[in-house]
Amino acid sequence: MEPFDPAELPELLKLYYRRLFPYAQYYRWLNYGGVVKNYFQHREFSFTLKDDIYIRYQSFNNQSDLEKEMQKMNPYKIDIGAVYSHRGNGSAVTWLCRPNQHNTVKLGAFQAQEKELVFDIDMTDYDDVRRCCSSADICSKCWTLMTMAIRIIDRALKEDFGFKHRLWVYSGRRGVHCWVCDESVRKLSSAVRSGIVEYLSLVKGGQDVKKKVHLSENVHPFVRKSISIIKKYFEGYALVGQDILENKESWDKILALVPETMHNDLQQNFQKHHSSLQRWEYLKKAASQCPSNIKNEKCGPWLEWEIMLQYCFPRLDINVSKGINHLLKSPFSVHPKTGRISVPIDLQKVDQFDPFAVPTISSICHELDAIFTSEAEKEENQAESDIKHRTRDYKKTSLAPYVKVFEQFLENLDKSRKGELLKKSDLQKDF
Amino acid sequence: MQGTSSTARTLHGRSLPLLVHVLKSVENLGVSYVKGTELYQSKLEAEIRRLKFSYRESLEDEYEPRRKDHISHFILRLAYCQSEDLRRWFIQQEMDLLRFRFSILPKDKIQSFLQDSHLHFEAISEEEKNLREQEIIASSTSLGGPKLELEYVYKIPFADALDLFRGRKVYLENGFAYVPLKDIVAIILNEFRAKLSKALALTARSLPAVQSDERLQPLLNHLSHSYIGQDYSIQGNAGKISLDQIDSLSTKSFPPCMRQLHKALRENHHLRHGGRMQYGLFLKGIGLTLEQALQFWKQEFIKGKMDPDKFDKGYSYNIRHSFGKEGKRTDYTPFSCLKIILTNPPSQGDYHGCPFRHSDPELLKQKLQSYKITPGGISQILDLVKGTHYQVACQKYFEMTHNVDDCGFSLNHPNQFFVESQRVLNGGKDIKKESIPPETPQPKQSAQKTKNASSALASLNSSLEMDMEGLEDYFSE
Repeated sequence: MEPFDPAELPELLKLYYRRLFPYAQYYRWLNYGGVVKNYFQHREFSFTLKDDIYIRYQSFNNQSDLEKEMQKMNPYKIDIGAVYSHRGNGSAVTWLCRPNQHNTVKLGAFQAQEKELVFDIDMTDYDDVRRCCSSADICSKCWTLMTMAIRIIDRALKEDFGFKHRLWVYSGRRGVHCWVCDESVRKLSSAVRSGIVEYLSLVKGGQDVKKKVHLSENVHPFVRKSISIIKKYFEGYALVGQDILENKESWDKILALVPETMHNDLQQNFQKHHSSLQRWEYLKKAASQCPSNIKNEKCGPWLEWEIMLQYCFPRLDINVSKGINHLLKSPFSVHPKTGRISVPIDLQKVDQFDPFAVPTISSICHELDAIFTSEAEKEENQAESDIKHRTRDYKKTSLAPYVKVFEQFLENLDKSRKGELLKKSDLQKDF
Repeated sequence: MQGTSSTARTLHGRSLPLLVHVLKSVENLGVSYVKGTELYQSKLEAEIRRLKFSYRESLEDEYEPRRKDHISHFILRLAYCQSEDLRRWFIQQEMDLLRFRFSILPKDKIQSFLQDSHLHFEAISEEEKNLREQEIIASSTSLGGPKLELEYVYKIPFADALDLFRGRKVYLENGFAYVPLKDIVAIILNEFRAKLSKALALTARSLPAVQSDERLQPLLNHLSHSYIGQDYSIQGNAGKISLDQIDSLSTKSFPPCMRQLHKALRENHHLRHGGRMQYGLFLKGIGLTLEQALQFWKQEFIKGKMDPDKFDKGYSYNIRHSFGKEGKRTDYTPFSCLKIILTNPPSQGDYHGCPFRHSDPELLKQKLQSYKITPGGISQILDLVKGTHYQVACQKYFEMTHNVDDCGFSLNHPNQFFVESQRVLNGGKDIKKESIPPETPQPKQSAQKTKNASSALASLNSSLEMDMEGLEDYFSE
């Protein structure tokens, strides 16, 4: 893959926005079938331009307007916000008392009304439990945390909450985002969004808390199903990859999560064993044998589960999900530090997803250049070939399969919408 | 406004302050005792009985008290609709009270209550129940053992069961919550909260009309200020602190929550958003000006190798925003203890919150040891924490660090801690009396001991009684 140099961004972005960004599909998504008037026009976008200039409350009339503006401004970052009660006009018109122009917006009347339910899972939130990397770094060993997070959260969103249209996107550096786009979900209040995050949260506490997961005797089906998912990955990820019981330094961290009465026994026996796998088996046995009449101390399978959950269960940032007006990085936006495109993740192939194989803006521009030069040699009319190319250029690059995933997601949205419209017209006896 | 004169007359019967007494009691007990437990229930019942408040559902003979109850409720709506904080407090207490009253409703009355409230809940069939029996039992803590055949189970859209599903207290499948009858109260509370919230917003909009009535306005102002307490947003003491005093002030006069935030900021040259909010607003409350705040944060962040320009672009806007100089220009008020304890708990990488509430007892103990608190004091504090008396534990910390037997106040705000500390350290000289609104009750220091939650309650009650005298005068014709 072509190495990415941030200094080249302005040129690369120009090409990206002119030839590769999938405007048609993007508009198809955010327009949601044009069922609600002005839904796209009242959507807030924010752009981060060169030199960290940040502008909010951008809104566009239609696909071609969006295209033109993006090509003109060449944003380094694009964030998507809420659908408001009015069009944004590029500044905080909401709060300032401005002299009237056309649209006077009364103070306080400019409100965020709807938005997708979004989740942001960031690898830095796991620094206390991953040994291979920290902070903004990721590697193939710790990426499994994201795989497990996607599986656990997606299952719950689909099976428990009944959400049908979930788009998972690679953030471009160290995490993943999820966009839940069902019509009813976009209307959910902030309180319900917070409630959903709470339902999905099990790991609680900051620096000052050693043991972050506490299970009650009654294990809720959500927890039980999440544990089943973790079990599939635990050996490979935690015992082999992370080697969490490798040596005294690492197993002391596990012992901090276990009743003191078990410490001596475990320390001694851990010395005798030779691998994390063996030590984990021993720990499980020791946990199941400890007498159940010890008050306030957890034993039995709960102990084992609490450890697995603390090391593997997803950690969500509630602030991202609860606010209707919260801005989140847009799919197909470029990450300015890594150059990676924020691409959709194929849920059918989530175990095979490799963040290091995700195309960077330099690699796809390079691919495009190579193709274009060879094709241009065949084409006589430059202008004609330009237009033809523009609509299908991404297809010739490594971006193509990811756009396909996106299109599948859009197909499902369309199908649902048609189904809803049919139902409504049936009810009205409108044949 | 029609009917106000008759309203004023019924107020003379003490029903209005009474309800506020009750709500304040509900709040205090809710912080000191785990809600819903037997101990909480019995304490609340005792408190209500003591206040001679009508709460039994036997209807006919209690018509007058219930009528007064209704009227009081509406008057309180007027008083508490005026700000987000007041609204939230009012709704929370009313909900706790309703929850309690529902809990003592006899079972046969529940069904009729549901019908009367027009809440449309569908009970599911036997087969549907059997298919999900295991899951429903595993989810609902209120069901004791596999006796599902005897219970009704209702299928409700998940969003209508917010209080249940957020705590994973109900089984969810495909967007529906399967709720046993016992848990229906949570749904009712949800409906109640939504309706009350809407009503308060409406009341706020019609407030200008009411406020113009000179008979009501002083009463309304008096109520909301005296029963909530000072919010430390008034900056009568702005500019009296210099930046180089902060390090020493943090060990002498800051409550532990702010001391810990200051230390983390100095060590890491950074704080996350939750920490910046909690600490930043506190600093504003102790008297830092906007200019000082900008300098303070910038100096520290730059030490953490932050680019000064990046600070100006990213963080200075937020600091000015919190001083009310940007955006919608709200002058944000420093967080009270309740707010810090009950909302936005810290996660990995955070230093905000209340150490008594959010730290592991072991780590809290180490921290207190590093602050040179005596072992005896530490164990008293840990006992209080175990009993969830977080603010009283902090009062104890105050007593130990300031070498006094009795801190002499009932702690509910970090800035209050600071003011009281400065008062003690500066030899009893009262600070900035003019910044404290005259309505705030000052508890009699000689009379009350504030060693545990119930005495804290008692001291609050005595100050309320003092206030009541003023109210009685107001209503005597």
